[in-house]
Amino acid sequence: MLNIRNFALIVASAILLAACSSPVKLDDKAVPVVDSGATGADTRSVNTVDTGSDPLNNPTGILSKRSIYFDFDSYTIKDEFKSVVEAHAQYLNSHKNRKIIIQGNTDDRGGREYNLALGQKRAEAVRKALVLLGVSDTQVEAVSLGKEKPKALGSDEASYAENRRSDIVYQ
Amino acid sequence: MKNKLHQLFAIIGLAVTALVFSAPANAQLRIETSGVGATQIPIAIAGFSDENLAPQQVTAIIKADLARSGFFKIIDTGDVISESAQVNTGDWKARGADALVIGSVQRLADGRFDVRYRLLDTVKSAQLSALAMAAAPQYTRVTAHKIADDIYEKLIGGRGAFATRIAYIIKAGKEYRLEVADSDGEGTQVALRSNEPIISPAWSPDGTKVAYVSFEAKKPVVYVQNLVTKQRIVVANYKGSNSAPSWSPDGTKLAIALARDGLTQVYVVNSDGGGLRRLTNTNGIDTEPQFSADGQNIYFTSDRSGGPQIYKMSANGGDAQRVTFGGSYNISPRISPDGKALAYISQRGGRFQLYVLDLTNGQEQRLSDTVKDESPSFSPNGKYIMYATESGRRGSLAVVSVDGRVKQRLTMQAGDIREPTWGPFMK
Repeated sequence: MLNIRNFALIVASAILLAACSSPVKLDDKAVPVVDSGATGADTRSVNTVDTGSDPLNNPTGILSKRSIYFDFDSYTIKDEFKSVVEAHAQYLNSHKNRKIIIQGNTDDRGGREYNLALGQKRAEAVRKALVLLGVSDTQVEAVSLGKEKPKALGSDEASYAENRRSDIVYQ
Repeated sequence: MKNKLHQLFAIIGLAVTALVFSAPANAQLRIETSGVGATQIPIAIAGFSDENLAPQQVTAIIKADLARSGFFKIIDTGDVISESAQVNTGDWKARGADALVIGSVQRLADGRFDVRYRLLDTVKSAQLSALAMAAAPQYTRVTAHKIADDIYEKLIGGRGAFATRIAYIIKAGKEYRLEVADSDGEGTQVALRSNEPIISPAWSPDGTKVAYVSFEAKKPVVYVQNLVTKQRIVVANYKGSNSAPSWSPDGTKLAIALARDGLTQVYVVNSDGGGLRRLTNTNGIDTEPQFSADGQNIYFTSDRSGGPQIYKMSANGGDAQRVTFGGSYNISPRISPDGKALAYISQRGGRFQLYVLDLTNGQEQRLSDTVKDESPSFSPNGKYIMYATESGRRGSLAVVSVDGRVKQRLTMQAGDIREPTWGPFMK
């Protein structure tokens, strides 16, 4: 709702600005008319963006969770992450203009290309779940970063687990 | 048993013979060699007359090449002998050399250097070869490598690969670089610099281009870069991940792996990015395609039977046959230039190691003692395999002869080095 109002305001401002600029002949001798009244194109107006109105920006909301973790050698979404996927599906369904990239990641054991394919499997698992929940194909791209951009750099189980992950990145 | 023997041999070679060569001080890469070939030819390489005129010492490069190969034993000599000198080969035979190399360097009026050399057989007291090459100063190293190639060919048989180049990826801090160097790691040049990962470089059969995967667009995209003109073209940037380029032997096509229809599958595309065609159709992973030496088949990695294994299919797609059966994780197939051997990485007991499979008799051999091996690449003469491994938590490159006897290690003073691809023979 707010978006539509904002959009209308932007369009109105643009029309007014365009109207001001083109047909008026420049005459440097003329005394400029300073119009700060209600009818002018008000370039000094300030409109408030309320982050609270977009649940995506709520740092404590479920949509702030953007990572889905996987078990070793597994490419299925665990029960504990289903609510996260569902929340993003709901958001994307109600915000058809929003697009995401899902980045699949792996731990650093094994070949780069095979890990790239495994990371794709993790990204694809999330993409498929979103599409099953009604999200349009055009809003989602599943890609893999394989083992190339590890979040955790250690060679221990905790680091490996941190890197077995798909991240949802809003565009 | 055979594996064990070879291993033992390599260790003995390391402990007793201990041929250790380090590259000149200005080198960015350091090479260490251990182990020796089955037979070593004792060879004396005299200093070339006036070779101090050239930017690099030609005979030092020749000696290092031949020693590194594991097939030669360098007989020390302080002598400087021009190729026009009269030589008493008997004296050199008495000093233990079966062959003698002599030569000269001359600066030409146009600034090039004329390098002449002769290879003499001291046993038969005969000339085996003679060459004269004029080249611009910056190609002095190439001239030296070509002489080493000629010596190798005349004394060992088969083409030498010293004058070939390698490409690899270096990660230094936050920067990723695609670099090109001589086969000995010298003369490095940067082909691509990026703040995002670069993987899977693959050298075109004519040696002028490299295909690779770059993440600069925040996702894996396949590019082909002309090394000479710097021109880059996007070969594959479809929805999802684009990766694993490999050239057809005639250089007209690339086999690639795309995830545009869900999971990763093998496709073939013209080297200009046109004519995309899907070759595999499974609901699992099919990736790392590699053309066979004759271009008729494609080897690739697939998880259709569970863990990753190497399969082979027609270059037009269709049914695939499984090729690897030892172990439950076999990836990164590379075919030898003669098409008779398959190099790959196998994980067994938690170690990722380089293996080679003789495709004519199915015999498998482990070639490395390291534990985090990746990305094998055959030398164009098929005698060596270069691969990425780790030393001290940093990436380094290693080279092993296909019989497992000669081993080399290339390390960088700063930075992780990985993803080697050995370039083709060039004119």
